[in-house]
Amino acid sequence: MSKIDQIMAEVEAHLKDGVLQVKEWKEEGKPVVGTYCTFAPWELITAAGAIPATLCARGEEPIAAAEEHLPRNLCPLIKSSYGYALTDKCPYFHFCDMVIVESTCDGKKKMYELLEKMKPVHLMMLPQTAQGEGARAIWRDELDRLRSRLEESFSVSITDQEISRRIELRNRERRALRSLWELSRMDPPAITGKEQYMISEYCEFHFHKEELVPWLEKVVSDIKVAYDQGERRVDGKAPRILITGCPLGGAQKVIHAVEDSGGVIVCYENCGGVKEQGFLVDEDRPPMEALTDKYLNIGCSVMTPNKSRMDNLRTLMEEYKVDGVVEVVLQACHTYAVETYEVRELVRSTGRPYLSIETDYSKSDVGQISTRISAFLEMI
Amino acid sequence: MIAIGIDMGSVGTKTVFFDGKVVDSHLEPTGWNPAEAGRKSVEYLLDKNNITKSQIGPIVATGYGRKSLAIAEKSVTEITCHARGAYFLDNQIRTILDIGGQDSKVIRLDQSGNVVDFMMNDKCAAGTGRFLQVMANLLEYSIEELGAIPIEGEIQSISSMCTVFAESEVVSHLAKGVRKEAVALGLLDSVAVRASSMLARIGIAPGLAFTGGVSRCSSLVSMIHAHTGQNVKTYPQSQFAGALGAALISHDMI
Ligand code: SF4
Ligand code: SF4
Repeated sequence: MSKIDQIMAEVEAHLKDGVLQVKEWKEEGKPVVGTYCTFAPWELITAAGAIPATLCARGEEPIAAAEEHLPRNLCPLIKSSYGYALTDKCPYFHFCDMVIVESTCDGKKKMYELLEKMKPVHLMMLPQTAQGEGARAIWRDELDRLRSRLEESFSVSITDQEISRRIELRNRERRALRSLWELSRMDPPAITGKEQYMISEYCEFHFHKEELVPWLEKVVSDIKVAYDQGERRVDGKAPRILITGCPLGGAQKVIHAVEDSGGVIVCYENCGGVKEQGFLVDEDRPPMEALTDKYLNIGCSVMTPNKSRMDNLRTLMEEYKVDGVVEVVLQACHTYAVETYEVRELVRSTGRPYLSIETDYSKSDVGQISTRISAFLEMI
Repeated sequence: MIAIGIDMGSVGTKTVFFDGKVVDSHLEPTGWNPAEAGRKSVEYLLDKNNITKSQIGPIVATGYGRKSLAIAEKSVTEITCHARGAYFLDNQIRTILDIGGQDSKVIRLDQSGNVVDFMMNDKCAAGTGRFLQVMANLLEYSIEELGAIPIEGEIQSISSMCTVFAESEVVSHLAKGVRKEAVALGLLDSVAVRASSMLARIGIAPGLAFTGGVSRCSSLVSMIHAHTGQNVKTYPQSQFAGALGAALISHDMI
């Protein structure tokens, strides 16, 4: 077993540890806060002494139950998230004391209203644009409002000092994750896209960041050492693919289709991928101000205009020496579906091929997706 | 050395033997066991042409059953194979519309025949050969008879593209006494509209080829011409384009 194999085996063995961590945390009487979105300010939640657990759902199982309340023609991510809550099948949701949601896309927003029957919900009013002082002021107030709500709910007082400490910790994790993604800048990449994804999942559901971050830093440096000593896990001829679009949690079949057909994913420009870690929170500014700017500038399609996504894509295609771009659009996601036009134009203007895949959480289109992706890779 | 390409479609398995030119080709119903259909086809063509196994090169498989063929050395998608094959038939081709049994696709080529873009409709039977087949059966036409209907006639437009709904729509038109030809033209037109909009989305480069079993339906060809304003070329051998492309890839490997 090579060094990297060992690392991967370790990660795989502990992939589900997050649930235990949350359970223990609860048993110690400490709060858990559910989040659905990259916009939820991690630093504030942790500064309140709570664990922020991602609820953004990825399974198909509870969708049928969700459809008893929600229309069928709705994004599977929304249906799945709601279904898990409704059927009480998600341990993270189960342990939550409250959930933080944002006014992002229409479907999510309306679904959140229904969630209130099950858990205390705190809605953050996310402006629809990141431009202008007005929008920024709204978001700045929303962070204050969240801070007070957390203080009240958990009877704590959140100091600026504590927030700054959390910012430092999270930035350190962001840097470590970034260096994990950057392993794919090498040619050939040091590890596969599937492996990267698995490590990042593990990190997302590892809630004791003080332990996690040094571990992750070491893992990345161990992988680099193994690479320098000649360990190769990816064929140098494999087409280098960037994935963009909707969150991939429930559509990991696309990741498998790319890598099982001879390609390698070198960059994920989705939520959960390099998008979030691209920008750090500025540690030299007053913490609440720095947080406001960091979170408001996430390049999500619910924002209009969404210039930062296009800028970021352009840079990533260069930095990661991308050969082709695959965009994943979940069924009934209007904002990403509309943006496919601009993304396609952008990608093609750089001379790279582009493929858009519309899918849901089911397995019914696995064969078709694999054919389309294979054909796309053959084209490169 | 004889290169072999096998296109394992959902309905028919097409096999082409190639040695710089097409040696022979064969169509076998795919049936329940695609791998068996592929194996049988090779045996049949070997026998028929007095070729021994030692003379054959690597087998390349394509089509939806491509991964199930154990005797194949390599599997390549139908997009790549189809493009290779069609470009070999006619190197003026830049855009391909292929309507097969279960899916339809459009492919854009550059001057050298490389795929630059493609699009597939593979989610439902709408607008595919299967859709037309079901409707033709309902109207008691063969695909060829459907093709012979002059397109200038009166058209009963059909609003539903889903096979199930279109079926009941057709039945209700017939019950109301609408002429069979008019309903048939409506069905063909709905397929033509769908195909043309797919072509429009990818952008047609002149040199448009229409391939696949459905391209034998000449009224449909005229309709697509009318909707796109492009000359539509068809080829009698185009059903074998995928298998031919696979054989060409096999030939490269020798
Ligand atoms: S894509 Fe946008 S709305 Fe969806 S989870 Fe990410 S940030 Fe939130
Ligand atoms: S994928 Fe699209 S529709 Fe679904 S939750 Fe995210 S933004 Fe909303």
